[in-house]
Amino acid sequence: MSDPDLTRLRSMLAELASQGRSALLPALHAAQRLYGWLSEPVATEVGRALGVPLADLHGVIDFYAMFYRRPVGKTVVRVCGAPVCALAGADSVADALCRHLNTRPDEISSDGEFTVEHAPCLGLCDQPPALLVGESALGRAAPEQAADICARSRRRAVSFVGGDMRSLTVNCGDGQPTSLTEYRDRGGYAGLRKALTMTPQAVLAEVKASGLVGRGGAAFPTGIKWEGAAKAQGQPRYIVCNADESEPGTFKDRILMEEDPHRTIEGMIIAAYAIGASRGYIYVRGEFPCAFKVMGEAVEEARQAGALGKTIFGAGLDFDIEMRLGAGAYICGEETALLESIEGKRGFPRIKPPFPATHGLFGKPTVINNVETFCNVPLILERGAAEYRKIGTEKSPGPKLFCVSGQIQRPGLYEMPFGVALRHLLFDLAGGPNPGRKLQAVLMGGAAGAFAIEKDLDVLLSFEQLSAAGLPLGSGAVMVFDDTADMREVLRRTAHFFADESCGKCYPCQLGTVRQYEILDRVASGHAVSGDRERLLDVGGTMIDASLCGLGQTAATAVLSGMKVWPELFEAGGKGRRAKGKEQSANSKEQE
Amino acid sequence: MPDVKLTIDGEPVAVPTGTTILKAAEHLGRSIPTICYHDHCTANGLCRICVVEVSGVGPLVPACLTPVNEGMKVTTASARAERSRRTILEMLASAVDLSEAPEIQKFIGEYRAQGARFPEAQRREYPVLDDNPMYIRDYSKCILCWRCVQVCAADAQFTYAINFTGRGFETGIGTFFDKPMPETTCVFCGQCVGVCPTGALKPKRESLLEQGLRPDEIIEATRGGGNRRGKPR
Ligand SMILES: Cc1cc2nc3c(=O)[nH]c(=O)nc-3n(C[C@H](O)[C@H](O)[C@H](O)COP(=O)(O)O)c2cc1C
Ligand code: SF4
Ligand code: SF4
Ligand code: FES
Repeated sequence: MSDPDLTRLRSMLAELASQGRSALLPALHAAQRLYGWLSEPVATEVGRALGVPLADLHGVIDFYAMFYRRPVGKTVVRVCGAPVCALAGADSVADALCRHLNTRPDEISSDGEFTVEHAPCLGLCDQPPALLVGESALGRAAPEQAADICARSRRRAVSFVGGDMRSLTVNCGDGQPTSLTEYRDRGGYAGLRKALTMTPQAVLAEVKASGLVGRGGAAFPTGIKWEGAAKAQGQPRYIVCNADESEPGTFKDRILMEEDPHRTIEGMIIAAYAIGASRGYIYVRGEFPCAFKVMGEAVEEARQAGALGKTIFGAGLDFDIEMRLGAGAYICGEETALLESIEGKRGFPRIKPPFPATHGLFGKPTVINNVETFCNVPLILERGAAEYRKIGTEKSPGPKLFCVSGQIQRPGLYEMPFGVALRHLLFDLAGGPNPGRKLQAVLMGGAAGAFAIEKDLDVLLSFEQLSAAGLPLGSGAVMVFDDTADMREVLRRTAHFFADESCGKCYPCQLGTVRQYEILDRVASGHAVSGDRERLLDVGGTMIDASLCGLGQTAATAVLSGMKVWPELFEAGGKGRRAKGKEQSANSKEQE
Repeated sequence: MPDVKLTIDGEPVAVPTGTTILKAAEHLGRSIPTICYHDHCTANGLCRICVVEVSGVGPLVPACLTPVNEGMKVTTASARAERSRRTILEMLASAVDLSEAPEIQKFIGEYRAQGARFPEAQRREYPVLDDNPMYIRDYSKCILCWRCVQVCAADAQFTYAINFTGRGFETGIGTFFDKPMPETTCVFCGQCVGVCPTGALKPKRESLLEQGLRPDEIIEATRGGGNRRGKPR
């Protein structure tokens, strides 16, 4: 291969050089856009310009699934491999694409145009099977559309948005981004204006009084987190928005960003005011190019309107936001891994404590919150904490977004006050299982979640009630499986996801996710051997007890929950109950 | 610094603030097993073999980097901790060649871990890299303790010749685009070889001696040049 012309790369790098290593991900994205992949001369140039040791640079490229050290087709077609898309036939779409292009997964089609890959959940679970064709997302793909998909003549559908209330999602549902003018005309930025009339301490007190807890999965009280950062020593302080949404079955943050970007930005500015932060980052997962673009444009719009930059709205507040695009790593949703990634490193979670509030981005006090968490903040300021608390329950105040997907009549995003019954959400709003089908199980909280079954349907959706029922709320994913689904296949896919996404830092998860997958692969194909049950219990228990971060600590929860609900499926010899969907899973391909 | 009082397996002990549970236990003459921990390298809490139970804390905690707290009650050998240790050892043995890791072998015996617990398990196996006169790299024996990477970087040498490759189970240690060591920034200080606990990094002399070469042949072979990559074992 002849050496690439590096002129354009050099001028692009000259602009980023002053940022040093923290510009590494943007630089690699830009380089890959120019040359299609990251060859040795290109990588060398990037490393030199940003002062990153070349061995480290290699480590960073290898860590992120969307960076390539080998040539790939001009357009990479990513096919979702998560359970919901698999049940809707994702594998046959991938097969059809490969046949149409006369290629195989991970290889380059003979015309050099395409590479077909299997991908983790693409966040389009409401319209499975989902694809990402270059930078355009596509839902409800069918094998016979292979030619259209490659010609990009298909567009994705608008996600359905509904629920018992519409405050976080009031501007969502039409598939269009809400402009700054529209947002303001509908009452947007009123929360920020109100905040700017108060002292930062009073804003902080209001958020604390609202009882808001984080919506990213860990359910930590937001006000307490902000207070920690406000009191911590060190400048500058940072506000980071976790928009890495990669939990299988979750797509709420994508819709919030794509359709109402200013709500997140407003929440971040209020946070900045409350804790005295001057810089912010929005870190969007690499598989969400559309959300990244919309958010970036909204940030620019806000800057033009004086909502970001110096002396915001004429008040004594300086705050600006920089966009960051991830590159294919679920672990970068873990807050400290995300901070490492912004710093231009492999996404290895840090040891906690210290926590980001005191030692966050670049070692400085940092508040990191989920997109949906930030979206609650304008509401709290605008209405006041007392009014906000009238929504939801005493211990779980506020609205909550649920991502309903799978074998159900009306998949979509549902906004509900905390405290309604799961049955209400699934049957009254989402229409229940498809005609003639029966509900088998609901995976609550994503791949890192647990199964609810018929007897759990009356559980109330709040942190306290779910936790009493042994069910996680997690990110708000609600994946429905009817009586045709082979739950062993669902678990096999879930295990495959964790094995693919483990960062490899600590032994329990680095080794355990692969051992767990191997056993579940045997179980799913009916070849479990004696002792596999005990192996799963030991591997799962060890990952939960001894892993370094939340990924390993939850990589076995769905499996262990499945073992409780369907013990017969895990018997050696595979003589367990066979669900009606067995034929389909027998045909489904290994997704390596 | 003021002392912190705690109990370890019921026995009271007082140690200076900032002491780790591991060091506090050593104070009492109690040993907690460790694999990745090394006195002269940054502790990263990788292997988790040192996990102990602290009453009132849900998950197990790594003794090697958890500082003691006043009134802490530590149990070093609870059933949960022992299960984790045993399973970690079994999983390690299922993936890595531990034949030259006597410490880990000893733990496998002590915890009655079954080296062959996992049938049909994928192993990490790679060809031996023999690309310089100083040391060989046999990454089938690598347990990913990170020591070599850290001494090559900010823990000692600031050379940055090696780093990680891949991710997850497929994580490895390597160079920029897999270049042979002489084409990297490596200064052949040998610190990485010194800290490697499993024989994955081994002085070239030692490896030649094992292959039965005579001393004069060894001198000849380690004199320089010698770019014999990927020689079969
Ligand atoms: C493996 C893993 C993945 C995570 N992914 C996300 C994510 O995609 N988005 C998110 O907001 N939080 C995610 N989290 C939780 C974050 O670590 C963190 O708790 C959250 O961003 C804090 O924001 P909140 O308090 O507003 O929820 C993840 C955690 C783990 C362990
Ligand atoms: S639990 Fe898994 S993802 Fe988390 S640090 Fe350990 S290996 Fe990495
Ligand atoms: S080569 Fe040796 S020192 Fe380096 S990570 Fe592997 S086992 Fe540890
Ligand atoms: S010795 Fe503590 S984690 Fe390895």
